[in-house]
Amino acid sequence: MTDTAAHRSIEAVWRMESARLIAGLVRMVRDVTLAEDLAQDALVAALSQWPQSGVPDNPGAWLMAIAKRRAVDQFRRNERLDRTQSVLGRELETQEAFVPDFDAALDDHIEDDLLRLMFICCHPVLSTEARAALTLRLLGGLTTTEIARAFLSSEATIAQRIVRAKRNLTKARVPFEEPDRTERAERLASVLEVIYLVFNEGYSATVGDDWMRPALCTEALRLGRTLVGLCPSEPAVHGLVALMEIRASRTPARTGPSGEPILLVEQNRARWNRLLIRRGLAALERAEALSPDRGPYVLQAAIAACHARARSVEETDWVQITSLYEALGALDPSSVVELNRAVAVGMAYGAAAGLAVVEALEAAGGIPGYHLLPSVRGDLLAKVGRMDEARAEFERAAGMTQNARERALLLDRAAGCSGD
Amino acid sequence: MRFLTTVAMDENFPAGPPPVELFAAIGELGEQATKDGTLLETGGLLPSASGAQVRVTNGKVTVTDGPFAEAKELIGGYAIYELHSKEEAIETSRRFMQLHADLWPGVEAVCEIRQIMEFDPQQ
Repeated sequence: MTDTAAHRSIEAVWRMESARLIAGLVRMVRDVTLAEDLAQDALVAALSQWPQSGVPDNPGAWLMAIAKRRAVDQFRRNERLDRTQSVLGRELETQEAFVPDFDAALDDHIEDDLLRLMFICCHPVLSTEARAALTLRLLGGLTTTEIARAFLSSEATIAQRIVRAKRNLTKARVPFEEPDRTERAERLASVLEVIYLVFNEGYSATVGDDWMRPALCTEALRLGRTLVGLCPSEPAVHGLVALMEIRASRTPARTGPSGEPILLVEQNRARWNRLLIRRGLAALERAEALSPDRGPYVLQAAIAACHARARSVEETDWVQITSLYEALGALDPSSVVELNRAVAVGMAYGAAAGLAVVEALEAAGGIPGYHLLPSVRGDLLAKVGRMDEARAEFERAAGMTQNARERALLLDRAAGCSGD
Repeated sequence: MRFLTTVAMDENFPAGPPPVELFAAIGELGEQATKDGTLLETGGLLPSASGAQVRVTNGKVTVTDGPFAEAKELIGGYAIYELHSKEEAIETSRRFMQLHADLWPGVEAVCEIRQIMEFDPQQ
């Protein structure tokens, strides 16, 4: 094996093992920065030894053994005989002496460890951006470079963000225990929010030249699927995964040959990924079986499922979609949801009815800076034949979006309103 | 990126039928990969006797019922993974095949890794 090939294999093992490794180390050393450093030390050791020795049969256990040894060394070196640390050092040595089967030690706690690490990375003391970066780094195993590329940010910015996030966790003395029952719901909501934020940033990039960055969607899906394994009885987790699987199923149909966005109603449904749809519908079924009360993710997944089940726009159950948006709006009133309801109403009961919903929304203050409002209004106006007004709305929307692909599409639609 | 992996072997099992321990270990590995969010789909295939081949030769379509007597190695199972690299697919398959080596003495089998063609707007 050449060195480059060996390094690529080690990188692959690292990505597969790093989250579990760091999660286990966080439990032991109760410090995210130190845990990550120890894990990195283990990676360095692997990079120097594996090209000669080959990848061990159980690489995860190998990495953990090295990291633990380094932890013990470090605690010995630091002569700060702070009580906690010496107790911890003893505990580590004891584990090493009496539990040589690191594999078993790893497996016993691993799911709790991973969940705890997710809760820590998504702690409300951190900004959402910091939570997303830290989660991708520690749970997704992404490098700073990869995260920077995904968020179209500079490496220095992301590195700074991660360092600061870890420092803030220490400063806030964030406890490493799993949150208690009362706090758990709120913390889980924060984890779901971060995963969905990562997904959305990939699904409809807010900045840049590409409309989608599928790598982010894939990472979010992976995190979501992992979370399902960790909290199998939480309907919201299944709901979020269902929503992401179904939305991701449309990826191959969402852009044209030159990268231009294709809207849902115009997509070639034959290109939707059936495997992801099937997985999404199954996840939705599990969510609905767990609880009759449908939360926002489950409701959104149910809406996505209506589209996924329909063979065409005409065969879509728009009446049901309208009522799902109503339920969603009742749960969590939002102008964006109301705008989506307007689209569904337009499809279920005619463009004039949809337009009435949009106009009510605008009368109530609209959605400042949100280009999809004039875009939807333009679409409904065009459908009722008010072409001049429609063109003005599309132009207004084009002036508001930050995404180049979307701007081009909107200007096209504006141009299409002239002359007919 | 998505990968399809298949496992092929002589379907007459010259090394004897797969031991139950192997199924248990495969189940455990699959459960782990599902929890990691990497395993999207997996399944085992019935003997080729329950299948058929539909072949085109010289512009003509012919159908032959199983078993596929002339083939030495036949696909017995498959999986679809969502992974970051071919190396991850190799490591995943290495672990899977190591279970065969450890738990099924004398077995001869091959796991084939193929990347699934996917839409990528960045290309």
